[in-house]
Amino acid sequence: MAEYINTFLFGVYPYIAVSVMIIGSVLRYDQNPYSWKSDSSQLLHSKGLRLGSNLFHIGIILLFFGHLLGLLTPHWVYEPFITAGQKQVLAMTAGGIFGLMCLVGMVILIWRRTTQDRVRATTKFMDMAILLILFVQLILGLMTIPESAKHLDGSSMVALAEWSQHIVTFRPGAADFILPQALVFKLHIVLGLTIFLLFPFTRLVHMISAPLKFLLRSGYQIVRKRG
Amino acid sequence: MTIRAQIGMVLNLDKCIGCHTCSVTCKNVWTSRAGVEYAWFNNVESKPGIGYPRNWEDQSEWKGGWELTKAGKLRPKIGSKMGILANIFANPDMPLIDDYYEPFTYEYDHLQTAKESKTVPTARMKSAITGKVKEKPEWGMNWEEILGGEFEKRSQDHNFKDIEKQIYGEFENTFMMYLPRLCEHCLNPSCVASCPSGAIYKREEDGIVLIDQDKCRGWRMCVSGCPYKKIYFNWQSGKSEKCTFCYPRIEAGEPTICSETCVGRIRYLGVLLYDSDQIEQAASVKDEQDLYQSQCDLFLDPNDPDVIARAKADGVPDSWITGAQNSPVYKMAMQWKIAFPLHPEYRTLPMVWYVPPLSPIQSAAEAGHLDQDGMLPDVRSLRIPNQYLANMLTAGDEAPIISALERMMAMRLYMRGKTVDGVEDPKILAQVGMSKNEMEDMYQLMAIANYEDRFVIPTNHREYAGDGPFDQEIAFSARSECGFSFGNDSPCGGQDSTNLFGSQTHSNTLSGTPRRKS
Repeated sequence: MAEYINTFLFGVYPYIAVSVMIIGSVLRYDQNPYSWKSDSSQLLHSKGLRLGSNLFHIGIILLFFGHLLGLLTPHWVYEPFITAGQKQVLAMTAGGIFGLMCLVGMVILIWRRTTQDRVRATTKFMDMAILLILFVQLILGLMTIPESAKHLDGSSMVALAEWSQHIVTFRPGAADFILPQALVFKLHIVLGLTIFLLFPFTRLVHMISAPLKFLLRSGYQIVRKRG
Repeated sequence: MTIRAQIGMVLNLDKCIGCHTCSVTCKNVWTSRAGVEYAWFNNVESKPGIGYPRNWEDQSEWKGGWELTKAGKLRPKIGSKMGILANIFANPDMPLIDDYYEPFTYEYDHLQTAKESKTVPTARMKSAITGKVKEKPEWGMNWEEILGGEFEKRSQDHNFKDIEKQIYGEFENTFMMYLPRLCEHCLNPSCVASCPSGAIYKREEDGIVLIDQDKCRGWRMCVSGCPYKKIYFNWQSGKSEKCTFCYPRIEAGEPTICSETCVGRIRYLGVLLYDSDQIEQAASVKDEQDLYQSQCDLFLDPNDPDVIARAKADGVPDSWITGAQNSPVYKMAMQWKIAFPLHPEYRTLPMVWYVPPLSPIQSAAEAGHLDQDGMLPDVRSLRIPNQYLANMLTAGDEAPIISALERMMAMRLYMRGKTVDGVEDPKILAQVGMSKNEMEDMYQLMAIANYEDRFVIPTNHREYAGDGPFDQEIAFSARSECGFSFGNDSPCGGQDSTNLFGSQTHSNTLSGTPRRKS
């Protein structure tokens, strides 16, 4: 039974979550573009936002790319330069610093959203839900650091990377890499996949619209022709 | 040279009576929805005063408009593109809703449901956002109405720059004027420049600046970028909104709702032809006081055969060229030089222009020794200081303002002589350098102000533009429901509550219910 659940959560659920994320996002973008936004509440309450929002966003962006690179870079790419053990220490250090940044930011944001009247009044169910889920996920992520410190050989990090690389390349047996890992890793992964699942139904969609194209815009003005 | 046409507006402040009809009709049409109760696409401010949102003219605080880099290049004052993106998580230059005012309604239903009591029940003021009781409003779109509040606070008005303002706080020397404000539909809009999503655009055919609501992601940089603070963040939809210049009406050849309903007949709408290739150069002249002239230089003479030929080649329809030839805006801004752009020093090249107001001759005149400047009373002794008007309309250059006031004064004297005394005095004409015909035209347009002279608006060409949101079938189905709405909104007040992709938390407060949707 435990093995069945393991296979479902780490072998099947990833595909369900990512499918819902992609199809849901496409549908929302196409069917309801008016709802596609960052949903800033700065106009109503800006105190603490400068510190909180910046720390949260910068922290979480760095964490995201840290995970992306850390998990999906094939072993042979970094092998000539650093050992798996060194990479694990690097990941723990960087993750710890960015995680703490994000944590401080998030505490400020949660304080704001739960105690400030105007922000509370305009908070939708999903705004609060996703904020708390991200918070729990961050705590779980930080809890993996002491867990990792128990074995610095990089073996469980390599296993997790293998799992994610198997998933994205559609190879069978991915879930087997997770089975022997500590519970905190499993919880972190399942909740992470759930965030993917919920993505299109939350304000998280604004990250797809990160306006990097702005930097490439030639000049400043935009004129639309009739028609 | 590439010729484009734009519908511009002139407001004759000399005739504005401050009745706010423009603001009210605009609000009823465009901003009667949850999230934009606090937004007034058109508002009328009493000057001197710091206005709405608080102190909007002080760009050292709000960083709106453009600045020149050391290399002489134009750049939004809020920063380079990189700088704007760096502030995207928390915008340091954005007004708070309290700088406008916290929207509120009154608890009217309490008047009907209150239990029997010794005192008469009252309808208390409640915040439209939190639903909590508020003791009193703190600010608003006409807070300083008719010089309301202490001079100490009102005199923070940025237009007092370089003026010894203390004497204007004295009762005998005080002065006031009205300033109706709306989006300027600039030739060089800094809101467009600061929008990271590229959702704001200027329409090629009529110059109207609009926000694409489906493309706006709510990064809120335009709110800071606009120096006139005429972009409002809808706190319900999470998107920015602004004056649309009533484009559906303009397309149909009708004036904007604020112009149509202006009881003082102070508003004029007409076409201007301009050279769009020169915009950047015109906005980057070094000396701020040259900006008024450099903007005038962009406008082209619609009667010049070369301009007409070129305009046709660039796709300007014939009806728009004819419109430009009869344009009241061109006459007032370019031929008679009596209308001026609002704060040209922001370098946005605004397209809503203002005729400065005349005011009573100061106390010297009352004592019987009127300063005369040739045939005319000296406009320098008018109650409103020329420097104040110049700070508002010409970046501080008094000469064009004085000339405009003289022409308006001359028009009064000349026409009074003609109609009352039966004397047409050519000396008055000579002093302000206008011909008899010009003077009578100006009188016709400014004093008589017939509807068809004020509004010369060629209709849009549907073969290019396609159907608009206010086409009959759409307009009738939405009428008396919730007014203007977007996208997947249900017919009344926001998206349905069952929407998987998020729904609004508040409904329209005009019903008198300040609470959240259940």
